[in-house]
Amino acid sequence: MATDSVKDVVLSPVFKNNPIALQVLGICSALAVTNQMSVSLVMGLAVIAVTAFSNLFVSLIRSHIPSSIRIIVQMTIIASLVIVVDQVLRAFAYEMSKQLSVFVGLIITNCIVMGRAEAYAMQNGPVMSFLDGVGNGLGYAVILLVVGFVRELLGSGSVFGLTVLPTVQNGGWYVPNGLMLLPPSAFFVIGLFIWVLRWFNPDQVEKTEYRIVSNSKAKIKETANV
Amino acid sequence: MASNNSIKKTLIVAFSLCVVCSVVVSSAAVVLKPKQLENQALDRKSNILQVTELYQPGDDVDEKYDQLITPRVVNLETGEYSDDLDPATYDQFDAANDPATSRTLSGDNDIAGIGRQENFSTVYLVGDPENPDQVVMPIRGQGLWGLMEGFLSVRGDGNTIVGLSYYDQSETPGLGGEVENPRWKAQWDGKKIYEEGEYRDPQIELVKGGADTEYEVDALSGATLTSRGVTNMLRFWLGEQGYAPYLARFHDASQGGA
Repeated sequence: MATDSVKDVVLSPVFKNNPIALQVLGICSALAVTNQMSVSLVMGLAVIAVTAFSNLFVSLIRSHIPSSIRIIVQMTIIASLVIVVDQVLRAFAYEMSKQLSVFVGLIITNCIVMGRAEAYAMQNGPVMSFLDGVGNGLGYAVILLVVGFVRELLGSGSVFGLTVLPTVQNGGWYVPNGLMLLPPSAFFVIGLFIWVLRWFNPDQVEKTEYRIVSNSKAKIKETANV
Repeated sequence: MASNNSIKKTLIVAFSLCVVCSVVVSSAAVVLKPKQLENQALDRKSNILQVTELYQPGDDVDEKYDQLITPRVVNLETGEYSDDLDPATYDQFDAANDPATSRTLSGDNDIAGIGRQENFSTVYLVGDPENPDQVVMPIRGQGLWGLMEGFLSVRGDGNTIVGLSYYDQSETPGLGGEVENPRWKAQWDGKKIYEEGEYRDPQIELVKGGADTEYEVDALSGATLTSRGVTNMLRFWLGEQGYAPYLARFHDASQGGA
């Protein structure tokens, strides 16, 4: 692990080892906040900040954390950071924080943050851990932006709030796809994104764990009494 | 590493972590508090200004608000202004939760679905406080998914609507959420609330399939329950339990002044 290069640590989580697309972590918030690109962007930045700094702090005190309470220690650090981020958003991006509402608070439960603290920051130095946090946060943010782009474009006909496809409600021609505005549509978009990603990186495809055998014919006893 | 797991070390780490984290969290909260309150106040002011249709994008919200708006507290039962409560500090949402300053609504009384109603409400006079051009009133009620909160602005005759806008709602995006669509909101301008000189039963409602009269506004397509919620909350807040007594006085006062 000591040989990790900075570039690898920051960039590999974006496409090669993406926390959402490959590890399928942190899906829940990706469903909730991606109906507009601007909201996705802020959420992405918030997650980058939290993963980076929680990794940094966990790594700084890693040799002092008793293993019996290490999860609690990590959670406390993460929770404190999330509250700070939430407060900062409320003070400097009020409109945004109203739209993100509870989802900033829910970064605490985002598996990516905890996963990186436990898997990387506990074994590596502070600088590399910080960069690892930035990289994984970026991986999350990229997916959010892609999903946000598709959902906002097809659902509201705009990108970053700027009208691209004028919708029928506003006197244009585009009939927006209502499904895209609802959280479940992110499932489809993320699924398609994973498909595209694995098409370019076939080694990301998991080995088939089992194969479905062809149907065997049931042997039915023909009894007269039934 | 073995020493890390001793009870003493565990307690020290846990305790010092808690102290550090709580100091960080509380100092962030304290330092940023004034800024946050400022944002909330600014948000409320800009919502009020937007419903009066006097606000242009790019205007300085604070300046315009100070120039145009005078808040007053109104006794909903009698419709009179109350001088005992300071509009700058009176919070009607707190008041609605306090049994001493509110009353319980139930069954037929509670068509807006709000449960409790405060006895006093803040209204915002627009223009000259002696002879206002408009008055902005806060309203709220259940939509399809949750409480919708907004402002209704009425002209000096106490009967002609200027605008209705919601600043907090959780209706389905694209369907009920279209209450925020400027094209839909534009319909409200010039609609009438009561039959001439009545001030008791609000006639205004959302109708399907095209509004014909000045008491009708097009319902939101595909959002029957949200539309019903909007009609109900207008009927409630503009009815006798809401602002009707106040609007009657408001009408008389502005006619007398004119």
